[in-house]
Amino acid sequence: MNKLSITNLRVSIADQEIIRGLSLAVPKGEIHAIMGPNGSGKSTLAKVLTGHPDYKITAGEVLMDGENILALAPDERARKGLFLAFQYPSEIPGVTIANFLRAAVQARLPEGEELEATDYYAKLYEKMDLLEMDRSFTSRSVNEGFSGGEKKRNEILQLAMLQPKYAVLDETDSGLDIDALKVVAHGVNSLRGPNLGVILITHYQRLLDYIIPDHVHVMVQGRIVRSGGKELALELEEKGYESYETVKDEIGEPAMA
Amino acid sequence: MVKEVSPLEIERNVGNFAYPETHTHDAGVGLTEKTIHYISDIKDDPDWVREFRLNAYKTFMSKPMPTHWASKDLEAIVFDNIRYYLSGGTQPKRNWEDVPDDVKRTFERLGIPEQERKFLAGVEAQFDSEAVYSNIKKAVGEQGVIFVGSAEGLKNHPEIFRKWFGKVIPTGDNKFSALNSAVFSGGSFIYVPPGVKVKHPLQAYFRINAENFGQFERTLIICDEGSELTYMEGCTAPKFNTATLHSAVVELVAMKGAKLQYITVQNWSANVFNLVTKRGIAHEDAEVKWIDCNIGSRLTMKYPGVIMKGRRARGEVLSIALAGDGQHQDTGAKMVHAADETTSNIISKSISIGKGRATYRGLVHIPKHLKNCKNNTECDALLINSTSRTDTYPAITVRGTGNSVQHEASVSQVSAEQIFYMQQRGLTEAQAMSLSVNGFVNDLVRQFPMEYSVELKRLIELEMEGSVG
Ligand SMILES: Nc1ncnc2c1ncn2[C@@H]1O[C@H](COP(=O)(O)OP(=O)(O)O)[C@@H](O)[C@H]1O
Ligand SMILES: [Mg+2]
Repeated sequence: MNKLSITNLRVSIADQEIIRGLSLAVPKGEIHAIMGPNGSGKSTLAKVLTGHPDYKITAGEVLMDGENILALAPDERARKGLFLAFQYPSEIPGVTIANFLRAAVQARLPEGEELEATDYYAKLYEKMDLLEMDRSFTSRSVNEGFSGGEKKRNEILQLAMLQPKYAVLDETDSGLDIDALKVVAHGVNSLRGPNLGVILITHYQRLLDYIIPDHVHVMVQGRIVRSGGKELALELEEKGYESYETVKDEIGEPAMA
Repeated sequence: MVKEVSPLEIERNVGNFAYPETHTHDAGVGLTEKTIHYISDIKDDPDWVREFRLNAYKTFMSKPMPTHWASKDLEAIVFDNIRYYLSGGTQPKRNWEDVPDDVKRTFERLGIPEQERKFLAGVEAQFDSEAVYSNIKKAVGEQGVIFVGSAEGLKNHPEIFRKWFGKVIPTGDNKFSALNSAVFSGGSFIYVPPGVKVKHPLQAYFRINAENFGQFERTLIICDEGSELTYMEGCTAPKFNTATLHSAVVELVAMKGAKLQYITVQNWSANVFNLVTKRGIAHEDAEVKWIDCNIGSRLTMKYPGVIMKGRRARGEVLSIALAGDGQHQDTGAKMVHAADETTSNIISKSISIGKGRATYRGLVHIPKHLKNCKNNTECDALLINSTSRTDTYPAITVRGTGNSVQHEASVSQVSAEQIFYMQQRGLTEAQAMSLSVNGFVNDLVRQFPMEYSVELKRLIELEMEGSVG
């Protein structure tokens, strides 16, 4: 029950199948890394889980703590405890981080309950300190004019504030220099615990030096082609994904390719 | 998918209710000279007013529909199907207790008596053709401020009223100003004596309750030398299937050094044609500022203007227009510089949702002989989904070299990705849209008095709730 479980998922967009029979179970308390070459469908998986309207699910199911979430609107899934740190976060001009997060936190309160402003700011500042973010950030518009690294840090700030049950982190390491990477990893590690399950999407092993995963999965051509422990990441680092390209050939290219 | 009914969804229709009509005075359907006499008789007009109306009626009949700045949708107005005067009496009450129950309940539902207690210096509440309630706080009245209906103004204060009435906006300015001049009823007359700074706003609330009806209030505000005033109007009507017409004329006069701020937060239902002429004159060192928020209506055509008549006069129009599905907001500003060192500022923000259409039309006129005049115009449009439409027609005529104008325009989209991003954080689609809209208007709304920015935010939320259905 206490897991995010994906069974035989098939997803297509514009008549092209991107996820091709993917199964994965992430229990609460564990971190699962998904590694794979560009274009293997990692971001697609992240968006499908969180309800992006562009993708067509043709088969399979996704259960969150036993509940089928595929019929729920994106915001309903979010409020039930599913979070995505985007690979490419959107800018929201004119809306400050403080106001945006406040609306998001408020959206999780029972109806009629007002968010206590002082508690909110206390928590916000605490999480910002954890991520070594300057206070002035709160009055900047969400992601507008942010550097790549600032955007990623802002995603993790939101993760920390919203305390989901399951989080998908999509290439949170890309665009970060080594110092920023350490700070972000420290932030994620501090959230680690029995109440959070994480899918960590990356295609470099570098991040996994700082956030040690419980399991590593290799994703190629819309499928998990191999799973193992954290040492699998090192092996990938050494050998690359080439050996799996043959696996890919065995799977067979989609007809139109 | 289970859809929650949020309290907002119910509240969204805050203006959408109507009580049965109980009018004792009804001019009937259609407009003839007889209608004018009916209105003049009931209102016991002085002869000069009756004559003014009859002349205006002729002008109205002879003038073609505006074509230059008009939309084809204007043709949907059938003047013969409209009722031009409806009231339960001509005397507004000074006390809410004396207002008939249904009408009182209407304004209570709209929150007017509560706002009056909280932060207003005075209130006038108009129901169809006449004000049913009009009151000014004692302390403000004692400063010599006059705040009455237009009928009382023209009868009891003719020496001030006649001097300015119809002077800022002549009858023949356009077909709808002529119509208003023929059948006007209700609206405010305000006079602020020299040096008096009215601390809290005066407010008028215009409520249409009847179907097939036209509301034609007439407002004249004069701020004498060095005085200051903020005036606020709000409007609502129930949703009817037939077209309702709202055609007001508002004239403002700011004498030397005066500051006059006029705020509109309009929330008409989608069957209302809102065709309003608004203009102010700013004398030396005076300032006229229009804050104009147009939400709702089927078609709004409104271009508040300022004639800067004295040196160093300032004119400003800050406007927000929100065009929902099936609505057309055709708004803008007119700035006429008529003295040296005059400054005008126009900031217009429009939001189009669904098939909603927003048009900005601006006119800035700085003649050749003037020196050191400045205009700044900024028009920003936000489109929420691709079928929305926005047009900008700035007309800037600046002659002479000692003057400067600055014009900026932008169009932006709320993308599906932005909405998804916000939904992923737990906000509903409506909340996501209203947050984007609030972000878009934020820097402008920050310049509004607090109470109105709160009200506006709420209206935007309600409108978004409605637009995602
Ligand atoms: N919106 C879209 N429209 C068309 N093709 C898409 C879309 N999103 C993803 N794809 C395609 O799906 C494949 C997987 O993309 P993506 O999930 O972004 O991979 P990854 O994150 O592993 O690099 C790519 O071939 C990409 O071109
Ligand atoms: Mg990706």
